[in-house]
Amino acid sequence: MNKTVDADFLALPLTAVSDAAISTAKSAGASHVDVRIERTRNGLLSLRDARPETQSDETNAGLGVRVIVNGAWGFASSPEISVDVAKKLALTAVAMAKTSKPLSTELVSLVTEPIYADKTWVSDYEIDPFSVSDSEKKDRLADLSNRLLKSGSVNHSSAHTMFVKEQKHYADSYGTSTTQQRVRIQTQIEAISIGAGGFESMRTLAQPAGFGWEWMGNKHWNWDAEIEELPSLLAEKVAAPSVEPGRYDVLMHPSNLWLTIHESIGHATELDRAIGYEANYAGTSFATPDKLNTLQYGSKLMNVTGDRSTPHGLSTVGYDDEGVAAQQWDIIKDGVLVGYQLDRRIAARVNRDRSNGCAFADSPAHVPIQRMPNVSLQPNPTGPTYEEMVESMDDGIIIKGDKSWSIDMQRYNFQFTGQQFHRVKNGKIVGQLKDVAYQATTTDFWGSMKVVGGPSTYVLGGAFNCGKAQPGQIAAVSHGCPAAIFDKVNILNTVAEAGK
Amino acid sequence: MISAQDLIEKITSAATCDDCIVVVRDKTQANLRWAASTLTTNGVIQERNVTVIAFVAMDGGMASGGVTRTDVSLTDIPRLLEEAIAAAKAAGIADDYAPLATNVSIGDWAADHVPTGPEVFSQFAPALGDMFSRSVSDSIELFGYSEHTSETTWIGSKGGLRLRKDSPVGRVEMTAKSHGRSRSTWSGVETRDFSDVSVADIDAHVRQRLDWQGNKIELPAGRYDTILPSGSVADIFTYMMWVSNARDAHEGQSVFSKKGGGTRVGEKLSNVSLQFFSDPEFKLLPAANFVGTAVSSPFSSVFDNGQAIKRVDWLKDGVLQSLIQTRATAKLTNLDFTPIGENLIMSVDGASGSLEDLVKKVDNGLLLTTFWYIRMVDPNSLLLTGLTRDGVYHVKGGEVVGATNNFRWNDSPVSALGRIAHAGSTQWTQPREWAGDITNMAVPPLVIKDFNMSTVSPGN
Repeated sequence: MNKTVDADFLALPLTAVSDAAISTAKSAGASHVDVRIERTRNGLLSLRDARPETQSDETNAGLGVRVIVNGAWGFASSPEISVDVAKKLALTAVAMAKTSKPLSTELVSLVTEPIYADKTWVSDYEIDPFSVSDSEKKDRLADLSNRLLKSGSVNHSSAHTMFVKEQKHYADSYGTSTTQQRVRIQTQIEAISIGAGGFESMRTLAQPAGFGWEWMGNKHWNWDAEIEELPSLLAEKVAAPSVEPGRYDVLMHPSNLWLTIHESIGHATELDRAIGYEANYAGTSFATPDKLNTLQYGSKLMNVTGDRSTPHGLSTVGYDDEGVAAQQWDIIKDGVLVGYQLDRRIAARVNRDRSNGCAFADSPAHVPIQRMPNVSLQPNPTGPTYEEMVESMDDGIIIKGDKSWSIDMQRYNFQFTGQQFHRVKNGKIVGQLKDVAYQATTTDFWGSMKVVGGPSTYVLGGAFNCGKAQPGQIAAVSHGCPAAIFDKVNILNTVAEAGK
Repeated sequence: MISAQDLIEKITSAATCDDCIVVVRDKTQANLRWAASTLTTNGVIQERNVTVIAFVAMDGGMASGGVTRTDVSLTDIPRLLEEAIAAAKAAGIADDYAPLATNVSIGDWAADHVPTGPEVFSQFAPALGDMFSRSVSDSIELFGYSEHTSETTWIGSKGGLRLRKDSPVGRVEMTAKSHGRSRSTWSGVETRDFSDVSVADIDAHVRQRLDWQGNKIELPAGRYDTILPSGSVADIFTYMMWVSNARDAHEGQSVFSKKGGGTRVGEKLSNVSLQFFSDPEFKLLPAANFVGTAVSSPFSSVFDNGQAIKRVDWLKDGVLQSLIQTRATAKLTNLDFTPIGENLIMSVDGASGSLEDLVKKVDNGLLLTTFWYIRMVDPNSLLLTGLTRDGVYHVKGGEVVGATNNFRWNDSPVSALGRIAHAGSTQWTQPREWAGDITNMAVPPLVIKDFNMSTVSPGN
């Protein structure tokens, strides 16, 4: 396990630069100053039919200084990391705060947090993906692709892997200073079949996670097994009947359910959204603060937590981008809304004592905002296995893997598709369906959750590039969940929806 | 910080590989964001990206590999080149290989980047403050965002490319809510420098729309004749362009694939004489007249850097004319090299008038404000799903008679091309969902017959 921040990041003048920004801004009148020195390296390799199509290796580094002056925010950033630039940015941020003051009717204040001086945190990974040669990465993806292409049922393949190393030094005017490094990876392989009636595809179900290149072996995800069965599953899907629209019991596999959690719970319980801070862009939420502790979000089987501490979670950190230590808390307890996601400003806005550590900025050029922690549906400790869940269904559909997703601006109405749709009759899988989408209203859907799988069904899924804010920011986030069965879900036929 | 031009000269002259292209992008931005009629965030941003692309000749072709870094100093150059060359060698012969352009100069190479900053808001910000005050008095809450970005890109190569382009652009988005947030509307304005932004016009527009929402009419899901403002047209046809690469179509993986093989180029897709094109000479939307890309993808190739971009008709007189090509895919598909441009223009022959004029032509239908959360459901038909947002109005007898509920819709822009009932004048517009990505699009408002509103959404 890697437990050190890279030496070349530590060799940057982190303390001198952040000290210079803080002292300059304070002298210019700032009551609060925070400084982030960041370096994020993003790698991408895409193969088409086992041959390289897109390759990039991009580092985004720089310095961001945020201040509060007379209750107004100011922010400035630069790609240059130096003491002189830090001083200049501090003055620019203070000037921006003063310029903004006439437009700021709300006085910004932050809740307090204990001081953490000189703390270091490194995520749990084994192999830095940037230490692996480009050839080795290409060869691994090409090998997996070629195994698909050897099958008679696969006409084309696509494969891509994205890997990130994020390094941050944070310091603020209270005395907290943290230095952190985390690594994450997402790999997807897709098989495509071309037929007389059109084309069909199926993608691996492997989820993005806070691992290094060790993720691409078979220890943490069984790539060999998944690639071996993909061609036959795709062939079965191509030949499958188109779904008859209507109401079905649905067994949601964790590889699909994580995204429904993300959209209908994760975003809906961001308190900045719920009070309107995202009303122009990402939207608001039906789960407004007046409904806290009363809103019946779902069935009594529903227990959802937020955390920034799950091992290998994509949102997992030691400290957030406002110097708040990682925590875990309840969001939905026994089906009732009991918690929100907070940063220090939003916590103060609603008179909370402490932030739960959800501040994040995706770049030194962007301000930290409240971003999603790992939001996870808890398994039933005594719940059934996956096989027992299938056997319990008289007539229904299993949905595996995510594909299309869309939800409205208040997080009510959603529509999702998937990768695989298996028909279940009398407790047995009898074949696949195609052209399936499901559509529901959030509270109706979660209210219809009648079986929650046990710990053996639990999988950590997630998203690499969740968008929010203006200017736009992306964040990676995990969602753990068990398999779960939902009663009488509205299933659409996507071909019929197209008017064909 | 070393100048972009000096950096490019130093890197290209140090490069030992067969060719080397360096792309430097300098960006400055100022932004303001507000919610509930008070400023929530702001920023002054400076960014630099330096991409070094190494080209290495191999038996039977050439390989390419690139690295992008932020603040590159002279001492970083040897390592950058080494990493780019290693990436090229690892990739092997590129499928998108085509001979590299040499000795092409376009634009004022020597000029500095012209930065933007908060001063661009010198007239806009006080007017915004006044609008905040008026809104508070009238129990209207304002939520929105404004930004101004100046971006300069230099592309230089060992083989003598010296290309430069500048893209100053800004926008204002305003969401207004009233009556306990039960009414909501939106307005978006594109601008080059904020001198033409009228806060008073934005204020008048959102107030009119909030007034229209005084009369609520519930309507069921179904197919409606639907008036799409230009921003909504831009949102769904942007999506169409994102699936318009020629190789996908040629290989049977696209809505533009012909059953049995080949592409649908030459097929009439629209029921009206519709033009959809990119053109660097289109004065309203300045665009580069050369290919400039830092990375190869299904849409562009690093080997094509410096190739000329001329007008490309994607649809001409309603007929699919071109798909997005690199030189390599043009050879593969046996079609013309039609690179993606930096602007998109749609017009319908003989169409004129505003959105309000289109309302007068609709007997019974819906007028939308924006689309939201647009995603692809079925790539075979390019079936998209999404929501209506911030105001849907019932139109009867050529007039808005009230506001109705939001809908989830499922429909295809390719199918919609064949159901155009009316069109208005082409205008520079701001998409809603893709506002951060698409800034150079001019399209008309359209009336689409039988648009599929799949279910009612309680979202407001």
